[in-house]
Amino acid sequence: MDPMRKKDCHDSGESVRVASTFPDEVLERVLALVKSHKDRSSVSLVCKDWYDAERWSRTHVFIGNCYSVSPEIVVRRFPNVRSVTLKGKPRFSDFNLVPPNWGADIRCWLVVFGAKYRCLEELRLKRMTVSDESLEFLALSFPNFKALSLLSCDGFSTDGLAAIASHCKNLTELNIQENDIYDKSGSWLSCFPENFTSLEVLNFAYLHNDVNFEALERLVSRCKSLNVLKVNKNITLEQLQRLLICAPQLAELGTGSFLHELTDRQYSELKRSFNNCNNLNVLSGLSEVAAIYLPALYPACTNLTFLNLSDAALQSEELAKLLVHCPRLQRLWVLDTVEDKGLEAIGSNCPLLEELRVFPSDPFEEGIVHGVTESGFIAVSYGCRRLHYVLYFCRQMTNAAVATIVQNCPDFTHFRLCIMNPCQPDYLSNEPMDEAFCAVVKTCTKLRRLAVSGLLTDLTFEYIGKYAKNLETLSVAFAGSSDWGMQCVLGGCPKLRKLEIRDCPFGNAALLSGFEKYESMRSLWMSDCKVTMNGCRFLAKEMPRLNVEVMKEDGNDDSQADKVYVYRSVAGPRRDAPPFVLTL
Amino acid sequence: MSPPLLSAEEGEQSNVSLVASSPSMDCISQNGSGLKERNYMGLSDCSSVDSSPVSSLSEEKKNNLNLKATELRLGLPGSQSPDRKPELCLLNTGKLDEKPLFPLLPSKEGICSSSQKNVVSGNKRGFSDTVDGFSEVKSSVYTTGNWMYHAVSDSESPQSVGQGKFPGSSGMNVVLSSRPSGAQSPIMKELPTKVLQERPHATNGTSHNNNTATNGNSSAPAPKAQVVGWPPIRSFRKNSLATTSKNNDEVDGKPGPGALFVKVSMDGAPYLRKVDLRTYSTYQELSTALEKMFSCFTIGQCGSQGAPGREMLSETKLRDLLHGSEYVLTYEDKDGDWMLVGDVPWEMFIDSCKRLKIMKGSDAIGLAPRAMEKSRNRN
Repeated sequence: MDPMRKKDCHDSGESVRVASTFPDEVLERVLALVKSHKDRSSVSLVCKDWYDAERWSRTHVFIGNCYSVSPEIVVRRFPNVRSVTLKGKPRFSDFNLVPPNWGADIRCWLVVFGAKYRCLEELRLKRMTVSDESLEFLALSFPNFKALSLLSCDGFSTDGLAAIASHCKNLTELNIQENDIYDKSGSWLSCFPENFTSLEVLNFAYLHNDVNFEALERLVSRCKSLNVLKVNKNITLEQLQRLLICAPQLAELGTGSFLHELTDRQYSELKRSFNNCNNLNVLSGLSEVAAIYLPALYPACTNLTFLNLSDAALQSEELAKLLVHCPRLQRLWVLDTVEDKGLEAIGSNCPLLEELRVFPSDPFEEGIVHGVTESGFIAVSYGCRRLHYVLYFCRQMTNAAVATIVQNCPDFTHFRLCIMNPCQPDYLSNEPMDEAFCAVVKTCTKLRRLAVSGLLTDLTFEYIGKYAKNLETLSVAFAGSSDWGMQCVLGGCPKLRKLEIRDCPFGNAALLSGFEKYESMRSLWMSDCKVTMNGCRFLAKEMPRLNVEVMKEDGNDDSQADKVYVYRSVAGPRRDAPPFVLTL
Repeated sequence: MSPPLLSAEEGEQSNVSLVASSPSMDCISQNGSGLKERNYMGLSDCSSVDSSPVSSLSEEKKNNLNLKATELRLGLPGSQSPDRKPELCLLNTGKLDEKPLFPLLPSKEGICSSSQKNVVSGNKRGFSDTVDGFSEVKSSVYTTGNWMYHAVSDSESPQSVGQGKFPGSSGMNVVLSSRPSGAQSPIMKELPTKVLQERPHATNGTSHNNNTATNGNSSAPAPKAQVVGWPPIRSFRKNSLATTSKNNDEVDGKPGPGALFVKVSMDGAPYLRKVDLRTYSTYQELSTALEKMFSCFTIGQCGSQGAPGREMLSETKLRDLLHGSEYVLTYEDKDGDWMLVGDVPWEMFIDSCKRLKIMKGSDAIGLAPRAMEKSRNRN
């Protein structure tokens, strides 16, 4: 590539920009079309000019770990950013393994953005702490603000949402998903001004309080571009029907409760409204579903690609009848109330299925519950050969079953199996589940994400290290026999980025075997393993560009490192760490 | 398949100087005969469950824990192999004050009473500690938690075999369950797997403490211990599960025409059933259905009427239950009180019934509309 070579010759240390046959303006225009942040990172490494061109043209920045970089560094490098995605706490905070007030507060980011990114339009946060004040600050500081998405965040209440609704005149997206928020009242929705019409995405499915339905109906009517609407379970079927009349153009719908009594006339009106929804691709909600009303949905299911029934306790026959009407389904989330028979129905009716998630309806049940078993999973694998993403909660599994499953579906990229009793072996052979995961990593060469469970020895990790060459994320709980297991993984998986481990017998030797690797990873989490403070201190000393943080719990032995979180950072140690987080 | 825990772990330990050998550990080894009862968490006072938003659910579950623990120990077909699936039961000898057993625990009490999350982590440590084997001690605080392992030597062979298979799989929460007969010094059995699941929200392991607190019974196995964050289900989902999968849950407060599934348990039966109360319109229909469901558990129980053996209970037999002959049908209402079935009109019954229990007539003597402490205690 001659032009580039010429450019390179002139690049070294010259302050005068040499006119190249490839003008920077052109380069920037081309780069603007490169969207993937990984590609953009690669572009920026080519040469200094490309680095500069890339940074000027970058409009969206993705920060996978908010502590890996500081807001000042970000705004200095990328002056023209309009959209920011930030992820905060370690993933195990979703399961209460991270104490409250750990950090990941958006506040310091917003302050810097408020000064440097006046044109900020989108903010997507995952596992961050967001206060009402921050939301208000956001609403008032960015006149062009358009899209707010909060997933698994905490620290705010509906007052913050009210501020957003009141002040963001150009809002197109308000996506409040699955957060731990203080739901004071539903009046926030009434704060949208009457002349506000730009909303395209509205998701308040997991908020608890009633919103003013008339205000919602008016909002939906006047926002003609609305194509995603997910309401909470307080919205009745009758109200849903009225909303559908206002917005037949919806592409994504989350219903409220599907339970209330309808007269025949109301039922047929509902069915007719669904009939008019020709664009529906995604359907969710259906909490408290009365199966007799499900047929009202059928007309709208023809083009469904994603059906989220994880709030709907359906039985197998009900699911089977519904699936007949969803021929194009690619993603399906269900509760295990559908049992193996329901999964067989999935195998029979969903040949295009690519993703299946089966959630447990009674995860803490003490008695024997049915749920799903290995047979259901096998049935799906026979019928859905394109399956590549699975999340499966079950109470029993066998090595042979998993081997069959991956033989049928060798294209798995995400294999997350949760046998709900820790350390449970193959229930037929009483062997550990090592061979199951051996089959997975050997057969599924494209595997990027793996979550293991059941009784596992170091052998599982030997297999993972040896075969899982594309593995990026590994989640381990209650598994392994010795340090060797973790050493195999750290020594073997070249693309590993995230490793999260809990309650495993991996100690300092394991931790330290990977110390060079951690700089190429986003993060490592180890909780309730056998790592000691000394081991962590050693790691911290050897690798100054890693943040090695230990979360101490009162009363435990001071030499043990209960929770260890290691991540690379260019921002140095955290300045906002709470007292229980020790940075070594 | 794997070397004995002890040696394997020892080897590992010496390399990385992990183990903080502690006096309590020695103490545990001495107690290796495993007949010591230990309250798993030693947090008998922990009452943070009360502040839990789902404490009523926990209460319910607490009461049922023991029952189910007992039931599962019968190991009937359909359950997992006994040494894999049985529930973990905390030792429960009625000793509610566990403190002396955990000399290093004063701060743990602190943990217990402070945020639930801390408790949880406390629990977790105990949990994983137990897995580590005799000499493994993750935290000296929990060294006493290792009693679990010591129990292995005493337990039946399947258990020990099971144990041998988990060389370091931390996680076997195991724990010990007291014999159903409730010997005063129950034998600790290691029950691999079946850790306990975290109660929705709050819980974090505290509810089992209440279990021990309320089940001071010699006849009941101790409740299961809890593991924080396991299974890995996000809280918003736990909340919606509480309201969707159980339509009659009063958290939701909105009755509808949908199914009304309630659990039905029976004293001595190894597993529960669920019935949809809306499919019946009278007590008679419900009785009949329950008889059919539970007839297989009434071997030899038939008393005054009918032949003994696997004969179905006759209709009148079940009605006899209501008069306290063999079995009594009771239900837990919205207030958490156990009531005799049949007193109120059917519609009212449906509205307030949360779960059903077929209990022995002798147990139900004195059952009054008020809470059945007796029944609870027996559980």
